[in-house]
Amino acid sequence: MIIEIGHFALILAACVALIQGTLPLMGTWRQDGQWQALAKPTALLQFALIALAYGTLTHAALIDDFSVKYIAGQSNTLLPVPYKVASVWGGHEGSLLLWVLMLSGWTVAVAVFSQRLPLPMVARVIAVLGLISAGFLLFILITSSPFERLIPAPADGRDLNPLLQDPGLVIHPPMLYMGYVGFSVAFAFAVAALLSGRMDAAWARWSRPWTVVAWMFMTTGIALGSWWAYYELGWGGWWFWDPVENASLMPWLFGTALIHALMVTDKRGGFKAWSILLAIGAFSLCLLGTFLVRSGVLTSVHAFANDPERGIFILILLALVVGISLTLFAWRAPKATLGGEIGLVSRESMLLANSVLLVVATAAVLLGTIYPLIIDALNLGKLSVGAPYFNAVFVPLMVPVIFLMVPGGIAHWREAKLQSLARDMRLPATAAIVAGAAVWLFTDRGTALTGMGIGLAVWVVVGLLVQIADRLKKPGRIAPSFWGMHLAHLGIAVVVVGITFVKGYEEERDVRMAIGDNVTIANYDFTLREVTVVDGPNYKALQAAVQVFKNGQPIEVLRPEKRKYFSSSMPMTEAAIDYGWFRDLYVAMGDPIPGDKQQWAIRVYYKPFVSWLWGGAVLMVLGGLLSVSDRRYRNTKKTLAA
Amino acid sequence: MKQRHQRLLWISAGIVALAAAGFFILNAFQSNLVFFFSPTQVFQGEAPKARAFRVGGMVKAGSLKKDGAHVQFIVTDFTHEVVVSYTGLLPDLFKEGKGVVAQGELSGADGFKASEVLAKHDENYMPPEAQHALDQAAAAKAAKTTQPAQ
Repeated sequence: MIIEIGHFALILAACVALIQGTLPLMGTWRQDGQWQALAKPTALLQFALIALAYGTLTHAALIDDFSVKYIAGQSNTLLPVPYKVASVWGGHEGSLLLWVLMLSGWTVAVAVFSQRLPLPMVARVIAVLGLISAGFLLFILITSSPFERLIPAPADGRDLNPLLQDPGLVIHPPMLYMGYVGFSVAFAFAVAALLSGRMDAAWARWSRPWTVVAWMFMTTGIALGSWWAYYELGWGGWWFWDPVENASLMPWLFGTALIHALMVTDKRGGFKAWSILLAIGAFSLCLLGTFLVRSGVLTSVHAFANDPERGIFILILLALVVGISLTLFAWRAPKATLGGEIGLVSRESMLLANSVLLVVATAAVLLGTIYPLIIDALNLGKLSVGAPYFNAVFVPLMVPVIFLMVPGGIAHWREAKLQSLARDMRLPATAAIVAGAAVWLFTDRGTALTGMGIGLAVWVVVGLLVQIADRLKKPGRIAPSFWGMHLAHLGIAVVVVGITFVKGYEEERDVRMAIGDNVTIANYDFTLREVTVVDGPNYKALQAAVQVFKNGQPIEVLRPEKRKYFSSSMPMTEAAIDYGWFRDLYVAMGDPIPGDKQQWAIRVYYKPFVSWLWGGAVLMVLGGLLSVSDRRYRNTKKTLAA
Repeated sequence: MKQRHQRLLWISAGIVALAAAGFFILNAFQSNLVFFFSPTQVFQGEAPKARAFRVGGMVKAGSLKKDGAHVQFIVTDFTHEVVVSYTGLLPDLFKEGKGVVAQGELSGADGFKASEVLAKHDENYMPPEAQHALDQAAAAKAAKTTQPAQ
């Protein structure tokens, strides 16, 4: 009965979303304040109804109500409680419900934090969000309801995919979704600006903190996903150019470009049309990502359904969003003024160059991601695009982006003097060349590429130190957003260091080991001590104990496992990792190899600086947090009046 | 006038740079496309000789031979077979009698030398390429058996 209440609440939510999406918008045309004022209460009501629906599904998961088909497919009586909660978004239907829950949550946040915004603007933004929500609610209700019953109920559920039974994965999807959905707010602001015809700096200022928050969530989500792939999939990789990863990387790249373009629009009044296009693009890529991940056109751990109807529904939604917003753009954008002359060497020109490069990189990733799908859909054969393509294309495009981060930050707005710019860059350039050359020439396996990677990272770090020193010399309070920007840029440098060292200096050995055997990589000795059977709550595992020595000193016992979950015959590799600031040691266990003497296949990795990848992401997120804490975003009314 | 010329120069430089990037992207794209072939297609010589491609189908029951980290198995679409050799740990879900996709190159008499055996994420999941290969082979067989009757 409870689950039916949830279903009913969701139907009501869809009706409310339709009202929220239409009446306030009509109100702005008719200049009817009362109709516009409907936006906020409908947004709150919609959120309450979706939260109720979501709550009933979580309740069903917690009490093991396997008469609900979705729960029977995702959960199991033996599943630990946190995973039961997570199992609600472990499948297609529930994850979409989480999508709309977050969308309505963002809408409520907009309603609450927009007290200082003019009512028509708020009404437009909330209405656009309402329309998106209505689309997704209809999608859930028509094609993928999680509230379907399964009669008679099975005695036990099928269990959550063992790959997903992991603390990292409990928070990865919600984070990524917060990012995906968060860009809908930036999109709604852009569309609202187009509708109003007022594409001024105020629009960009309102939109900036929302975009940064969405970007922060997305960064967290991507980093968590990458970290999860690293420790859970058992082959030590952290980025596979899997279509699903690309689906999250593309909006992230657009979002990064959008953050910077919005800054120019806010501060200088330039790039208005460009900002709007980027906002539309970022959200469209989020929808495309949802389509790729959820439609079943891709086959991966993320693809739940193979129901073509669902894919087509999202595709239609995507076509509507892109079509309508671009039409609106074509109609209104010519009204956007250029916002003054821009010098060829100026902060603007470098920001523009970088955002164009980010868009080109996104296009290249998009090509590699969807080309195989299109060829397959047209029945022209089956093919895939290998990781070498992405590496060959992405790295050369990112090098100039990272290079331009320094002059872009130092150069003046409007027109920079080449001479003084060159003078300011002498220090970072010298440091970068020295560091890069040292790595290339004097480290064991140094190459031109590793030298360049380290050189770039040093370039960015010294570059931002120069900027900070420069700023400290000037009087006046330094805004948190200044520190936020440099912290995020520092994060980029840290990620570059991580990528360079892992790619350039990692070591890997696949060996077979009997008890007492040992293997050596990079000054570390690994000795297999024993293999025991371990019982988990819903699995049984073979666990190896591998003693690690450095220079003869024992430092750690790593215990990789090979698990077998009761609910499926699917074995799982659980790698054991010794984390460190400057290196990870990674041991994964393979199959037993029968013979006279029992042996096991063991894979050992030495991963230098791998944790810097995620450390860099943490710095980026903290940087974003600092910049949204800036007071100027909360004083919009004052600046508006000015 | 001078400023206008300068701007023109910069804009054309930008366009040239974009065109170069486009050329370079498409070039990398072209050389990194990995096509899929079924065992039958490999048998008929349709697969490239000196280029990586994917082959998929079922792992023939009883064909798996392990020698340390070196493994050998047969991929079949029940019409033709390809011998695949691979060095490294096999993915968790690799099993005889189940679907598989391997990426690598043909290497003379040794058959197919795989650089990668693709992991699947669910025990009941069948790689679509492998399914495609089986369907094709079955269709070809059906066509052959009905032909004499015509």
